This record gives sequence, C-alpha cells and structure tokens, in this order.
Amino acid sequence: MSSRPEQPGSWPLALFPAAALIVFFIIPFAIMLAVSFFRRIEGGFFEPSFDLANYLRFLSPFFGKILLTSLSLSAGAAAIVVAIAFPFTYIVSRMARRAQTMVLVFVLSVLSLSEVIIGFAWSTLLSRTAGIGNLFVWVGLTDAPQAYTPSLAALVVGLVYLGFPYAVLTIYPSVSRLDPELPEAARMSGASPVAAFLSVTLPVMRRTITGALILVFVFTLGAYLLPQVLGRPRHWTLSVHITDQAIFQSNLPFAAAMAMFLLLVSLALVGLSLAAGADRERRR
Amino acid sequence: MTTLRIRGLSRAFGEVTAVENVDLDIPDGKLVCLLGPSGCGKTTLLRLVAGLEVPTAGQILVDGVDQSRIPAHKRGFGMVFQSLALFPHLTVAENVAYPLRIRGSGRAACEARADELLELVQLPNVRNRRIHQLSGGQRQRVAIARALAIDPTLFLLDEPLSALDAKLREHMQIELRMLQQKLGITTIVVTHDQREAMAMADLVVVMDRGRVLQTGSPIEIYREPADSFIAAFIGTSNLVRCRRIAADAVRVFGRRVSVPEARTRQIAVGAEGMLSIRPEDVVVETHVGDDGFEGVVEFIRDLGASVEVSVSVHGLRILSVTTPKDRPAVEVGQPAGIRFHTGRVVVTAP
Repeated sequence: MSSRPEQPGSWPLALFPAAALIVFFIIPFAIMLAVSFFRRIEGGFFEPSFDLANYLRFLSPFFGKILLTSLSLSAGAAAIVVAIAFPFTYIVSRMARRAQTMVLVFVLSVLSLSEVIIGFAWSTLLSRTAGIGNLFVWVGLTDAPQAYTPSLAALVVGLVYLGFPYAVLTIYPSVSRLDPELPEAARMSGASPVAAFLSVTLPVMRRTITGALILVFVFTLGAYLLPQVLGRPRHWTLSVHITDQAIFQSNLPFAAAMAMFLLLVSLALVGLSLAAGADRERRR
Repeated sequence: MTTLRIRGLSRAFGEVTAVENVDLDIPDGKLVCLLGPSGCGKTTLLRLVAGLEVPTAGQILVDGVDQSRIPAHKRGFGMVFQSLALFPHLTVAENVAYPLRIRGSGRAACEARADELLELVQLPNVRNRRIHQLSGGQRQRVAIARALAIDPTLFLLDEPLSALDAKLREHMQIELRMLQQKLGITTIVVTHDQREAMAMADLVVVMDRGRVLQTGSPIEIYREPADSFIAAFIGTSNLVRCRRIAADAVRVFGRRVSVPEARTRQIAVGAEGMLSIRPEDVVVETHVGDDGFEGVVEFIRDLGASVEVSVSVHGLRILSVTTPKDRPAVEVGQPAGIRFHTGRVVVTAP
C-alpha cells in the first residue's frame, strides 16, 4: 500500500463517486435494512416498527436448508465455471490477435443474453420434444428421447452458462499479461506441458482465479429465474424465495430480512476466502 | 562431453523465414555467441536448439543424436531466458531446485543441491527470499543457478544480461565466462551486444536475416570481417569505397594504395568493395605525408582514457582513436593528414 500525498484542489473530484455511492447504494440499502425490521400488515403493506420476527422466522431448518442449497449451488457453479474458463482463456490468449478478438466478441455477445433467454433456451434444448435427447436417439446413444430438465444438472448447466463470460472477462487481462517465458522456463526445467501448467501457470495466476471464483459465486447467487425454469422446487434458491415473498406474498419485510441475511453470509464467505489467500501469501 | 552439430536448419513463420539453412558446429566445452541485430534470427535459432520451436527443415545433433523428435522437457538442457522467467510464487531455493523437484527428487536432495548451486553462483543467504525481494544482479544469478541445476548437457542463454546496467553487465560477463570455463559446459549465448560477444565467446557466430554471415574467434571477426555489414557491426569501422586494382593494391580516395594480398582477396581484381579501417589504425598528423590523405579536422573528443579525432577526407568522416599520450597537435577546423596501417585494413564485399 502506497499513500500518495493529497493533491490540492482534488477533493471535489471525490464528491462524485461518494455521491453516486450514497444515492445508488447506501440509501437503498438503508431502506432495505429498515424495512427488514418493519411489521407486515395482513392483506396490506407494512408499517414502521422494530420487529425481529422476520429474522427469527428465517432461523428455521427450512430456510437454513434453502440457504445451504443456494450457497452450494453457487459455489459448485463457480468452481465448474472457473475450471472451464481458465484453460479456455489461457488457450485463447495464446492465439493470434485476430482470433482472440473474435472469440472475445463472441463471449461478450453472450453477455447480452438475459437470464430469461438463457433459462428458456436451455429448457428447450434439454426438453424431451425438441431437445438434444432427439439428437442422442439419432446418433444411436439412447432408444427414446428423454427430458433432462427440470433437474439439478440442468440448473447447474444454466448457471455455468450464465457465469462463464464473466469468468473469461475477469481472467483474460492477467492471463494475456502472463510472461510466456514462465511456462517455457518450466518446460526447459523438465516439466511436461501439463506439469508446467499445474506447477507454474496456475499458482502464478492464483489471485486471478480467486477473483473469478468470487465474482461468479456472487453473481449466480442472485439468479432467481434459472432455478425456477431449470430446477425442481427443492433446488429453489434463497433468491427465488426472496422474489416469491416480495412479489407474490407481498411480504416485503420478510423478503428484506432474507436479502440482508444472504448479503451478510456471502460477504462473510468472500471475506474469508480473501483472508485465506492473503494468509497463504504472507506465510510464504 | 557435448558437441552440437546443426545441419541445414530452417524455421519459417508463414512467409517469413526466421532461420535459413544454418550449419553450425559447436565443439565440446566451448562458449558460442550468436550475435546480430534484433530480428536476425539468433533467438529463433536458440529456441530451435532448446526445443521451444519446431524446425521446418534440418537437424540438430547433440553428440550425434538428432533432437527433432525429443520434446523440450526431455532434452536435458538448461536455459536462461531474457525475462529470466523466475517463478514469483516460489522462494529462491525452490526456484533453483524446481528442475529437480519436477523430476521427483526428495526435499532433502533438492535443498542440498539448491544450497550448492547458490554457492556456485555466489549468492548465499537469500535462499528463503522471494524473487521480488532480489536485486537485478541477484535475480540473474538465481536464473543461472536454476538453469544449471540438473548438470545440463547444453547451457543456453537468451540475452541473459540485457536487464542489467552497463557496469554490472561487464562484471557478470566475466563471471559468467569464468563459471562456464570452470564447469566446462558447452554453452550458447544469444546477444546483440558485440562487446559482450567479444568479452565472453570462444566462437562468435554473426547472423543477419536468418543466415550465418561469419563464424570465427572474436579477434578473427574483428580483424577480418567477411563483409562491410560485419565490419560496421563489430566494433567501429571506417568504411571507404574502393576498387581492387591489383592482387595487392586498391584504389581509394582516387589513389593507389598497397594492401597485402591476404587482406584484399575477399573480392575479385577489378571489383568494387569496401575498405574497412579500424579507428585505432588511423593516424592523424599535422602534415600530409607521402602515403597520407589530406582532410580537415571536424571534432576532437577527449574521453580520458582515449582521444577521438574525426577528420573529413573527400567529404567522408574518418574516425581516429588514439591514447592521450599520442594525441596529435591538431585543432578543429584546421587541415590535417591521415595515414593508416595498410597491414591491418581489410577489403570486404560492399
């Protein structure tokens, strides 16, 4: 950490991010925090109060299980995404400039697809009538077309598809700056290409990989449509239940309390993983 | 005992031929410098030997065994990279022992060998530091130690000293050369710095545009450059257009000058060529002697250890370097005469 001397007259510049942060983050967050303590009026809206009931209601085995489902789904999706995206991006960064641009533009275009489109596209692709099951029959792999959705696998596929471009875009800058002589030095030291990748490229890129894992984890944690479209009710994540409470049950205080909980838990997990990384760094 | 023979080696990248039909013999225990301007193919040639590039044609024979089908990690060579390519996630000792660890040596063996190597490159007491905590010179030594960890059959260095400042660089040239001689390891160094090549090499290979132009001992290359490109690239040379008018004479500045036949035979009698005169072979005088040429002094530089005098002769700038003791009594803007030792000049192809 280097501290720079304050430039005279530069403080008005700091006002802009501060104002943006207050207007778009702090105020909405404060409102949500306040609402989470409000009391719901049956058949109506809610009234101001300081009520812990919303939080206490959440502390039940039922919602505990949902929280666990959410976290493990996102963690699993993040791990799969990075496991695919890292080698993918690494290989792309070694390609010719033109080819790199084309691949990146393609990956970027996936970003323009909304969760809704991704969800229904996969739901069609994995369906019995119009899905890849027919392709398998045609090739001779299976006897009759089969529906692969809704299922846990379909949901994970959807989440992986959703998170993949974000992981690529996070990993690409540092991978493309990686000194190409590093893996070569490993090769000249007697490491096979795979061993060089595992013993040099991966550890050198550890921070980038952690960053991509956290990004995809947090991002997929917010997915509330894919679990409903591709998963079974038992795969419904906390985000789905928050949506359900806020929109269909008109219980905004409870939805706000669940959102607070989700926020705190994911912040804690991100903080823990960063601390673990920093600790490893220090011990070396 | 490692001898390297390269036969008809070529490497093309699409339309561009980086290395073209190179033949080269490197005797056991010698240090060879591949020397040339950037883009001349010297690094590609080194990478071909290393196995990091695949040749489009030709053979690389180490002790008679062709290496083309052997992947880089099984050739058993050691290499120092231009960026040094030290592993930032490992300590100094772990870097040095990496080649042993990747081959499955135990922890104790790795540590013992790392200490041994760090002592060899005179870098004690840093074994547990991280790479970013080292100075440029220390990193250099770590890279050398890592490359030597497995007693490689060939020691390859790609512009190894380019990251160091001038003073440290000269020091490391001497140290690297002494280390190489102590170990008696067959070594190839790629460099664009002719002084570095002169300082370290048993054999200098001058390259340009993917081809080998000349191979010889440093002093051979300096004294008898094969063409005017080499004469200008290796050290400083005054190049004067000339015509060989007899077996032992050339016409230069409109006058006949006798030059020993051994120094004119690179071009045919009657052909045009370049007369290469080293600055230290040019003598500047206050008067024009019988065998001298007339000119005007353009500038004088006193560099302490040497004096440079530049004289314009027939519109061409001729540089003379002498010791302060022999400084000619001439002034800038005044006429002067120059002479040169005809026994030390060489006539090259233009």
